[in-house]
Amino acid sequence: MAVPPLLALRGVTKHFGAVQALADVDLTIRAGEVVALMGDNGAGKSTLVKVIAGVSLADRGVIEWQGEPVHVRRPRDATHLGIATVYQDLALCDNLDVVGNLFLGREIRRIGVLDEVEMERRTRDLLSTLAIRIPNVRVPVAALSGGQRQTVAIARSLLGDPKVVLLDEPTASLGVQQTAQVLDLVERMRDHGLGILLISHNMGDVKAVADLAAVLRLGRNNGFFNVNTTSHEQIIASITGATGDAVTRRGSPPGEAEW
Amino acid sequence: MVSGRRIDLKGHAETVRHRMSSGEFGSFPVVLGLLLIWVIFQSLNSNFLSPRNLSNLSVDIVGTGLIAVGIVFVLLVGEIDLSVGSVSGFGAVMFAVLNVQNGMAEWLAVIVAVLCGTAIGLVHGFFYARVGVPAFVVTLAGLLGWSGLMLYLLGTSGTVNLDDEGLVATLTRHYFGSVAVAYGVAALGTAVYFLASYRDRRHRRATGMPRRSLSEIALRTCVVGVIVFAAAYVLNQFRGLPLALLIFLVVVAGLDLLLRRTPYGRRVYAVGGGAEAARRAGVNIVRVRISVFAVSASMAVVGGLFLASRITSASQTSGTGLLLLNAIAAAVIGGVSLFGGHGTTWSAFLGILVIQSIGSGMALLGIQAAVQFMITGGVLLAAVVVDSLVRQAQKAHGRA
Ligand SMILES: Nc1ncnc2c1ncn2[C@@H]1O[C@H](COP(=O)(O)OP(=O)(O)O)[C@@H](O)[C@H]1O
Ligand SMILES: [Mg+2]
Repeated sequence: MAVPPLLALRGVTKHFGAVQALADVDLTIRAGEVVALMGDNGAGKSTLVKVIAGVSLADRGVIEWQGEPVHVRRPRDATHLGIATVYQDLALCDNLDVVGNLFLGREIRRIGVLDEVEMERRTRDLLSTLAIRIPNVRVPVAALSGGQRQTVAIARSLLGDPKVVLLDEPTASLGVQQTAQVLDLVERMRDHGLGILLISHNMGDVKAVADLAAVLRLGRNNGFFNVNTTSHEQIIASITGATGDAVTRRGSPPGEAEW
Repeated sequence: MVSGRRIDLKGHAETVRHRMSSGEFGSFPVVLGLLLIWVIFQSLNSNFLSPRNLSNLSVDIVGTGLIAVGIVFVLLVGEIDLSVGSVSGFGAVMFAVLNVQNGMAEWLAVIVAVLCGTAIGLVHGFFYARVGVPAFVVTLAGLLGWSGLMLYLLGTSGTVNLDDEGLVATLTRHYFGSVAVAYGVAALGTAVYFLASYRDRRHRRATGMPRRSLSEIALRTCVVGVIVFAAAYVLNQFRGLPLALLIFLVVVAGLDLLLRRTPYGRRVYAVGGGAEAARRAGVNIVRVRISVFAVSASMAVVGGLFLASRITSASQTSGTGLLLLNAIAAAVIGGVSLFGGHGTTWSAFLGILVIQSIGSGMALLGIQAAVQFMITGGVLLAAVVVDSLVRQAQKAHGRA
């Protein structure tokens, strides 16, 4: 008996004028699964994320949430369903501390006044649940390293208790150690049962944390790969279009595999 | 593995370093500067720290200080308001024309004038935040336009004298002669400070979070207490607590509460620290931006009324001269960043105290205005240089 996936896209199509950014794209994200979304520049990855996040509308296609077709017309619709998005350029205010950033736009108040103690308590709880180590949550985020800032941005997206998190190139601008920090966090989020869509250019990152890789090429699906049983070369060939045919191989259920 | 203790120490050091630059301790340099200025002038002229001079100083800072407090809001979102001088003059004239020439009740004329200021600010904010005209251009147009409207309102009468016994005249003329008032206010301020710190600590302890130690709270309360009681003592040596100073302090403290303890204030800082991030977090940045110009222009009128009160008249020269520059300089000298996102209303209080102390000291020594301008200009430059260096260091660190 199959549990319906958290999120399923079927036949999503999107034009920008004459440019076909997405053509009949399918994608499935399950709870406790990290799906890497890969593809060359201009393949349509960011456009797909924006469609799911409600930032832009698809021309055609169906979005199913836990088996039910839904309409995602505005960012708020996505948030209400339980879809959180972390955009590529971090959406943090440098001058606010970690607590201030986490609760920006959804401050907890008591008699109209900020309840700093409660916000700080919840921040600490959330960070410790995710084993995120930030030396001091009252330091302006300008003082944090790139990796710490990225983990704060991700933690921020988790405050609303989402079921699916979309991460647009979370490690693009990070060094080796900081990338590891963020990938560790992605793994812990998966272990907490979240479904994660991870956009990445980096095969190393994808091999390290993803269960499945979905490749887009020129706006079309160009293969789904079980990351554990597929070679680097095969995936890269699919990204660059070196193989004639799209290799579509669904492997063993994710989560059970060892590597 | 790093031990927990080291993390805590490092974290603590970072908090202190950042508070130094971000408002709470951002006042240290300006407080030091203020003490230095006082010591220098006192050594040159022993009347400088006399109760009479300090008391006058405490009333002289109020008009420009209130305007500077409004400017803090605009600077916090990383913008500037060049119209506050004109708007303050316009407000004072508006009040005088309504009250003296048209016989409107004083309280009503005050309210109408302040609301005109609010409306002016909304117009500035609309053109900046909605239409997208750079704020300095919008408010430069305002600088000209509103002083034009002020001259138009005055018509042929160059000066309107206010009622000597009236409400507005009383604002800067009334002193609470009874020593109990100044001491009472000092005691109340200290008690409120202590209780707020203590309650915060209790709340944190109940939820098992890091908190200030009781001895630290006691020490801070003592420092606050010594300062406010010393001020009360000095003021009582002359004519007691000036009403104007009391109002100024209440406004500064109240708006500080608004900025640092309410969701609205948090959003003002957020827009200054990262407008795009704030927008994505669901903050209505257009509304925030318009609101800060409304606050700035409203406070400009309030300040203008205090300035008119000091000379019991409104005239063609209301709001002109160095007023605009002094108000902006006060905020910046006090530690408000020109780049947005850093500073508090207390910065404006400290900054105007510095500027007015220099002015008062120079006047006592009989030094001409030319030298005073140069010194105030130098202090302003120093403040901006410190601000720029701090921001650069922060950026470099953030990227590391
Ligand atoms: N707002 C837009 N207007 C016009 N064309 C767009 C817009 N956004 C994306 N595109 C086009 O759609 C295609 C896919 O872009 P994008 O989703 O950003 O790719 P990726 O994120 O995979 O690099 C590109 O050809 C891009 O030029
Ligand atoms: Mg992209």
